[in-house]
Amino acid sequence: MTATLPPRTVVKGRPLRERVGSMTATTAKYVSLVLAGVVTLLPLSVLLFASLKTKSEYAQTGPFEPPANWFNFDNFVTAFTSGKMLEGFVNTTIVLAVSLVGTIFLGTMAAYALDRFAFRGKKLVFGLFLLATLIPGVTTQVATFQLVNGLGLYDTKAALILLFMGTDIIAIYLFIQFMQGIPISLDEAAMIDGANRWTIYWRIVLPLLRPAIATVVIIKGIAIYNEFYAPFLYLPSEGLISTSLFRFKGPFGAQWEVIAAGTIVVIIPTLVAFLLLQRWIYKGLTSGAVK
Amino acid sequence: MAIAAPGSAPADAPAVLSAPVRPHRMRGFRRASGGSGQDARGTAGRSFLQKLTPWLFLAGAVGLLLLFTYWPAANLFYYSVTDWDGIDLTKNFVGLDNYVQVFTDPRIFSVFWVSLYYFIASFVQMAIALYFAAILSFSTRFSNLFRGILFFPYLINGVAVGFVFLYLFQPGGTLDTVLGWVGIADPPQWLGDPAIVNWSLAGTSVWRYTGLNFVLFLGAIQSIPHELYEAAELDGAGRWQQFWAIIFPGIRRIIGLSFILAIAGSLSVFEVPFIMTGGANGSSTFVIQTLQTAFSFRQVGLASAMAVVLLAIVLIVTVVQRKLFPDEKVDLT
Repeated sequence: MTATLPPRTVVKGRPLRERVGSMTATTAKYVSLVLAGVVTLLPLSVLLFASLKTKSEYAQTGPFEPPANWFNFDNFVTAFTSGKMLEGFVNTTIVLAVSLVGTIFLGTMAAYALDRFAFRGKKLVFGLFLLATLIPGVTTQVATFQLVNGLGLYDTKAALILLFMGTDIIAIYLFIQFMQGIPISLDEAAMIDGANRWTIYWRIVLPLLRPAIATVVIIKGIAIYNEFYAPFLYLPSEGLISTSLFRFKGPFGAQWEVIAAGTIVVIIPTLVAFLLLQRWIYKGLTSGAVK
Repeated sequence: MAIAAPGSAPADAPAVLSAPVRPHRMRGFRRASGGSGQDARGTAGRSFLQKLTPWLFLAGAVGLLLLFTYWPAANLFYYSVTDWDGIDLTKNFVGLDNYVQVFTDPRIFSVFWVSLYYFIASFVQMAIALYFAAILSFSTRFSNLFRGILFFPYLINGVAVGFVFLYLFQPGGTLDTVLGWVGIADPPQWLGDPAIVNWSLAGTSVWRYTGLNFVLFLGAIQSIPHELYEAAELDGAGRWQQFWAIIFPGIRRIIGLSFILAIAGSLSVFEVPFIMTGGANGSSTFVIQTLQTAFSFRQVGLASAMAVVLLAIVLIVTVVQRKLFPDEKVDLT
């Protein structure tokens, strides 16, 4: 403040006006940020309020009135027991674990072949992977469904696992990108020691790919956790977390306090993952989505 | 494909030259260490095995790619010229009838107009994302917190997002209460009125996806060298000038890319309207219509033709994008 005073007397107050201008700009900036924060968090907060209210309390109070008892977890219990959310979490975990392991092995092996070998047809394989990224996934389900049905995999978890493993091209790109940074001299040194290609992949390349694998696990893990249509279409008799929650629409039609609890239950793992893995998530998205 | 095949020949040429180099070195060492007597027997078999090795590594990934992406895509074209219902053993060839129906049946093609709401919304989304990316790229208190809050909705499960907004838009719900505070006593039926439902759903989609655009823009802005701002500041450039002279040119590319993705994305909107309204009250999109045609009305032939039309449009958009921004690779999934 004191620093601005002397110039004001000299240059007819222009710096003061500038300073006032920059102060309003700063204020506007923080006001807009807070406003965006409110718009983002408000819909989630009112749902949290609803999830902690009893049935009669929900009926009598408005959406902005906080719950009388912040530790009323009855709706969460109902969501877990009658809403089959536990089954959803177990199934999601199984599908997630198997698909991720499969994606990592198939993806790193394919990336190893494409980066470390020179062979006829390499460009064709690259082209096939590239073109596949352009095919919008949801619409081809019209034909994919017939294939899954024909293989006898309809209504099994195996269908989902194969679909999640089979449609992953981003992972291969991330692996190739990272593998290019691993010096070939390491491979050659191992070859001199008599290692074959599999040993090189298994003992040298795969362990060095750990950071790329972590990125793929996080990005792909979130994508599978959030996937809705594939389990909806291919696994009607069991629930994954998305479909378990989606089925709340019927039986709990008017019981918003239970639906709210179920929704919060689905969001919590995402929030925990985000808080723990922020840096990886940002990095994975910027390298996976655009590069 | 036809273009790729001859094109791959020159690229393979250096490959053929370089291929023997590495194995040769290896073979040489083996010979030195082990029995040179085995060499005569092994050369032919080993070189076949060497040619096979990369394919063994690729087998799983390429197999699944062909089975779950190309086989269905090829079948899509085949089904689209038949009247198949998805169950019948015989598929009757009907020529282009299904395509004619896609373009002439007003119930099918008019659904494309719904995409327009989402397309407009994606401009709002990009503007919001760009604004916050720009202000957060300058030093800001709690910038990590704000970044996290703005980005987080993108990570939330689609069904959860659907329920969050079904609750928000309820008659007498959160939104109506807020509007009541500012004196709007008679709010519309946000999801029940066909004139409004698509705006509500497009708004939900803005809430959900702005975070992704924002993080991508922010990443691009932060990759601009910091000296440029300092130099501009020394030259007396204000924030606004810095934005137009440094930030905007630096991220023009990713804005262009997002724009193309917005077109493809708004043509294939699915989750938000499917989860929230199931396509009721005139909120059905082309993808919802396609899936309903296939799985509810059992007209697999017609649905396949619709899928092929969408596929063609997305491919055209992508080709245009490649022409405009030749260096960027795109992910349209």
